[in-house]
Amino acid sequence: MAMLELKNVHAHYGKIHALKNVSIKVNKGEIVTLIGGNGAGKSTTLKTISGTLKPSSGQVFLNGEDLAKYPAHEIVKKGIVQVPEGRRIFGQLTVMENLDLGAFTSKDKKKDAQTIEKIFELFPRLAERCRQVAGTLSGGEQQMLAMGRALMTNPKILLLDEPSMGLAPVLVDNVFKTIKILHAEGTTILLVEQNARMALKTASRGYVIQTGKVIFEDDAKKLLENEMVKKAYMGD
Amino acid sequence: MTKAQSLWNHGVKIGAIGGVSVLIIALVGMIESFGKRDIISGILPMGIAMALIICILVAYIAANKTPICEKSVKFANAVISGFVTSGFLALLVAIGRSFNIRDMFVGASPALYKALTAGIAGAGGIFLILAVGLICGIFAGILIILNDLPRKLIINALATIFVLGLLQELIIPIFKSWDFGVTNYLGKLFYTQNGLTIFGTVLAAVIYCIISLLWKANQDTIKTTYKDLPKGTRKKVKTFGFFVLAVFLIVLPQFLGLFLSEVLTIVGLYILLGLGLNIVVGYAGLLDLGYVAFFAIGSYVVAILTSPEIFSFGFNFWQALPIAVILGITAGVMLGIPVLKMRGDYLAIATLGFGEIIRILVLSDFLKPWLGGAQGIGAIPNPNFMGFQMVKPQHIYYLILAGCMLVVFISIRLKNSRLGRAWMAMREDEDVAQAMGINLVATKLFAFATGAGFSALSGAIFASKIGSVYPHSFNLFISINVVCLIIIGGIGSLPGVVVGAAVLMGLPELLREFAEYRMFVYGAALVAMMLLRPEGLWPEARHKIELHGDDETQTQTAA
Repeated sequence: MAMLELKNVHAHYGKIHALKNVSIKVNKGEIVTLIGGNGAGKSTTLKTISGTLKPSSGQVFLNGEDLAKYPAHEIVKKGIVQVPEGRRIFGQLTVMENLDLGAFTSKDKKKDAQTIEKIFELFPRLAERCRQVAGTLSGGEQQMLAMGRALMTNPKILLLDEPSMGLAPVLVDNVFKTIKILHAEGTTILLVEQNARMALKTASRGYVIQTGKVIFEDDAKKLLENEMVKKAYMGD
Repeated sequence: MTKAQSLWNHGVKIGAIGGVSVLIIALVGMIESFGKRDIISGILPMGIAMALIICILVAYIAANKTPICEKSVKFANAVISGFVTSGFLALLVAIGRSFNIRDMFVGASPALYKALTAGIAGAGGIFLILAVGLICGIFAGILIILNDLPRKLIINALATIFVLGLLQELIIPIFKSWDFGVTNYLGKLFYTQNGLTIFGTVLAAVIYCIISLLWKANQDTIKTTYKDLPKGTRKKVKTFGFFVLAVFLIVLPQFLGLFLSEVLTIVGLYILLGLGLNIVVGYAGLLDLGYVAFFAIGSYVVAILTSPEIFSFGFNFWQALPIAVILGITAGVMLGIPVLKMRGDYLAIATLGFGEIIRILVLSDFLKPWLGGAQGIGAIPNPNFMGFQMVKPQHIYYLILAGCMLVVFISIRLKNSRLGRAWMAMREDEDVAQAMGINLVATKLFAFATGAGFSALSGAIFASKIGSVYPHSFNLFISINVVCLIIIGGIGSLPGVVVGAAVLMGLPELLREFAEYRMFVYGAALVAMMLLRPEGLWPEARHKIELHGDDETQTQTAA
């Protein structure tokens, strides 16, 4: 059984039909990527998963349980955590306070301390700057912080919304390296990206979404070689 | 532009801004009406002192903004600015004397010209104004040239004199009420019937300088000694400090007369309101402009339950108080539910409407049989504490003090709690807060409810203090006052609320002349604060870092 499954999901913003019959599966321990252009419905898909936008029809399952009845903040407790697009760190709080708020749903202080240790191991830069105001971090560091903050809950599945957006090429490489490390440690990841080449190189499977519909679904390697995908999303 | 022009640019431009400011305060009549009170007896009326302060301040800013580092240029700019500023006033006097401009400017009266020219007729008076402007400029220029230490000393000594003169009505009764030979003697030494004596002025400046020099010489030793103390002792010192503060607050009304205690209770009620709104605006970041509604609800609940005028429920104050607070909280939740999805400006407008709805409801004829309509509800009994009737403001003061202590305690605890962290996250970014697993609905409603509860508490005390409630006591200005005092004090800061309430509510009561220009002064103060000290008078540590940068973090970034 898939860990996360979207089954025939439709979603609307008022009259705009943003998602049309989207079905996606993410198995435990997988990196799955969802690629597509601007306005294709990538972020909307993530919104229906994290509960901030309820599907108008269709279901979202986590380990077989329908998530429709849970409000957004309960879904976080279920183990689905999102790293929002554009990082959205709490710029006026310190790095430590950001991480602390990431662990908001947790009530086990000891475990939180261990998780912080782990995150600092993964991102040593954050440890160096733990008392600095987060808004003064560089873009790459802010992305680290956003990911660290999401990891504070020890999520079952991590939703990454365009983590490479607005970063220099070197830093983009770093972000994808980190994603691989997280994957190696056993985190399940759904990666939404515009940088299709990097995303498909990192992921095991991929979905291509266009105007609210999933148009391709295949192993990442095969998608990398798909002429249509190459032409539309990799500029070849 | 030639080089010479660009050199004098700052002096002329900023001096002109100062000139316009001085013109405005002259034409709205502030100089004249403030002229009745002297800072220094017979020499310096308050209105003139204000004009001088503006003139000097503007000249100082002009010099400070001059980018060229040569001191002579800065000095020259200060002088030019002072001269330009006074030029506006001189022009006003010259024009006003020859033409009648009172049709347009009511404040432009012969009395104003007399005050500005110190009674000298003809061209002499105009030259006097220009000369004084020049002197102000030179003075500001000297301040710029001086080193840090003497500059601070001079500025602060002058500020001390100004404050002593400004608050004479606060200080003289305290001297008198002690009625010892010494205090009477001191009172006469420093003050005349109107303003400081010349001897007192000099003495105050000298005393200030001696104290601050002593402090300067010893502050490092004192600070390091304090830091080197063992933790237990340091804690004891702190506890002792709190103890002294508590004793001071408890005995305070005994020294202040009836009038000052009354002022203190007004400030206290606003502190309560401010602490409540501080939770909504400062902690949770929800701009609530209808805050007066809960104050009104608290007042009216106490009025209805305790006054025999409409119903005779026959409750006493203590029985009515919890009901008032609970109903206030309920109203807070009821307001919160429809505005849950609103943010920023929209929320402000919606809450503004709510405040007006409550005021219009209590004013309405339809609800008159229950709420008293425009006539309000009177005959509210004073609170009774263990058989002791709280009649005088000094008694109510203790009630308010207890309320403030309770609310401060709750505020501190809330801030460091889980809920406080949720508020902080919500204030920073609602969407992300939700993505962190924070229940936005509950968190928002808690903020509204807590704030409303504090406000209702303040209203309940207000009703029993005044003894009657009228719809017009609960107008929009109360909400605006509370928002202003929070901004001026420092958003999110508890001591800031106290300072803000004291400055915005206490000072206008003490300076009768201000009452007429209250809104004008608020507006000017808000603009000045935003420009000069956007973080507030006593800011929360975090905001200070945001707006001015933290040296420590900056060096870290550099490294």
